Amino acid sequence: MTLFLSYLINGISLGSVYAIIALGYTMVYGIAKMLNFAHGDIIMVGAYISFTATQYWGLHPLVSVVIAMMVCTVLGITIEGLAYRPLRKAPSLAVLITAIGMSYFLQNIALLIWGADLKNFSSVISIGSISILGGSILITGETIVTIAANIVIMIALTLFTGKTKMGKAMRAVSEDKGAAELMGINVNRTISVTFAIGSCLAAVAGVLLCSAYPALLPTTGSMPGIKAFTAAVFGGIGSIPGAMVGGILMGVIEILGKAYVSTELGDAFVFAVLIIMLLVKPSGLFGKSVREKV
Amino acid sequence: MMKKTASQRTFISNAVTYAIVILAFIICNMLIKNGSMSRSLKGQLIPICVYIVMAVSLNLTVGISGELSLGHAGFMSLGAFTGVVVSTWMLHAFQFENTLARLIIAIAAGGLIAGIAGVLIGIPVLRLRGDYLAIVTLAFGEIIRNVINCLYIAVVPNVEGNMTRLAILFNKVPEPGSVVIVNGPAGAVGIAKISTFPVAFALVLFTLFVVLNLVNSRSGRAIMAIRDARIAAESSGLNITKYKMMAFVVSAVLAGMAGALYGLNYSTIAASKFKFDTSILVLVFVVLGGIGNIRGSVIAAALLTVLPELLRAFSDYRMLVYAVVLIIVMIATNTPFIMTRVRDLRHFIGRVFGRKGGDAV
Repeated sequence: MTLFLSYLINGISLGSVYAIIALGYTMVYGIAKMLNFAHGDIIMVGAYISFTATQYWGLHPLVSVVIAMMVCTVLGITIEGLAYRPLRKAPSLAVLITAIGMSYFLQNIALLIWGADLKNFSSVISIGSISILGGSILITGETIVTIAANIVIMIALTLFTGKTKMGKAMRAVSEDKGAAELMGINVNRTISVTFAIGSCLAAVAGVLLCSAYPALLPTTGSMPGIKAFTAAVFGGIGSIPGAMVGGILMGVIEILGKAYVSTELGDAFVFAVLIIMLLVKPSGLFGKSVREKV
Repeated sequence: MMKKTASQRTFISNAVTYAIVILAFIICNMLIKNGSMSRSLKGQLIPICVYIVMAVSLNLTVGISGELSLGHAGFMSLGAFTGVVVSTWMLHAFQFENTLARLIIAIAAGGLIAGIAGVLIGIPVLRLRGDYLAIVTLAFGEIIRNVINCLYIAVVPNVEGNMTRLAILFNKVPEPGSVVIVNGPAGAVGIAKISTFPVAFALVLFTLFVVLNLVNSRSGRAIMAIRDARIAAESSGLNITKYKMMAFVVSAVLAGMAGALYGLNYSTIAASKFKFDTSILVLVFVVLGGIGNIRGSVIAAALLTVLPELLRAFSDYRMLVYAVVLIIVMIATNTPFIMTRVRDLRHFIGRVFGRKGGDAV
């Protein structure tokens, strides 16, 4: 039982990282209606920036996180402006292939800058572990911070999209781009801000992910990225609570599958769950189903 | 000159495609005969054929049927492992020595298994559309890789003690004394390399024959009609699922056959060889060759497989260049301003060489 609980806590921790990544996917998909395949690689860039800042420049870990967030924000806006904006009216296949190209571009740039060897990311979190249930379960500092960060981000984003002017503009653009433009909303700027927020969150997710799983490679971001997308689809793409629930469920399923069924098949489980979900409810847990019009 | 009819134009276009491939084969054979082909290029001949088949078959899904598949390497992987198992099993259990017959049977078996997987995967996948479909094909590709990583396949003694039984074990190492063919994450080792260039070339011709005939058939037109206007096609009574399935399964079968040919070209092969990256690589061939353009896929696959060999010095930048080219091609082909200029240039070139008008697209 205690073993199960500790797996569960690990799963929630990993799931919280997925949830933070999934938020970026889901917001971008909701507004730009595009699958940003490069999102996972922004995670990797964020982790590398933080790594470089602490290891090579000797900065404080928290400062390195802020730098990573800033770099990724700028990166996200740049990618959107250079690669995705010209394709706003293009078929979705073209946009998706461009995003895949961007993902490869980021991975190979990272390969050229930081090399192909595995970097050992040292955790940026300095708070210690706590033990509960009379010492039978140990919760690491990383787990606590990850879960806390997830909750804070979720509340902040919900307030942002619900209360602020920019958040309302985002919702309007995601509802109807043309009408939003007629109401005086700057659609391009709104999409840029969405990419900025998503990429900034990706940097946070990258640092948290690598604090818990320290192996850093140019391809580190791609698998978590794909799984987070899976989580976003699972929760209903475009929905913020959906991304949170989907992310945590994916993390728990992966860890429990690895622990109780087969280590090699952990990833296969995540994907199998996604496929079943899409067959049963194609719009995801919290998604709205859109009727197709001729 | 009389204006050519559509069917005549198709015939000429297909004839040109076949002619290019056959000519390339003859030239390669001549170069091999007089010994002027370098060793490294000779080693690339079969992979080139494999990637041509992969690109043409993926183009059937992506270009003709309009469904982005990101798991094409999964079918290749299934074909490769099936081919290797069938070939080794025939050799050990039945002392079947004829390599050509074994290769052909292995390729057929690879196609069959990949086709069955195509049907099973197609049923759920083809209910989805667009990005969802892409992500689910990706998911299936990863599942196939994960499952093959857990498979142990060996030839074991049967009840009478003869080594004829094929044991397929999941996550369990076969008992000693059996001939292990597939060894879990280590993949298949000690494969007899029986793939030959003429057979690879025959497979390319077969693929072109199947795909070009399908595209120009009634079913092919139905598939393209569904791609261009799904609801209109459905309203005119076309069975959407049937035609989408047809394209998807044919594509899977061909990828499986290419996989078998590929697997039997190396002495070891592991599931990690058929990662998501391989699917993307083939997608790059399709995109750069022109989505929906079969001849383009053939040329792009051949050139882009050879190119890294020739540009060995720049191998660090290869994927980077791929990525940049992919993005630029996508942006350029979707910008009306650039496409108008390209069309004008074509007209101009046509006029210079005394032809009338640009190419029909």
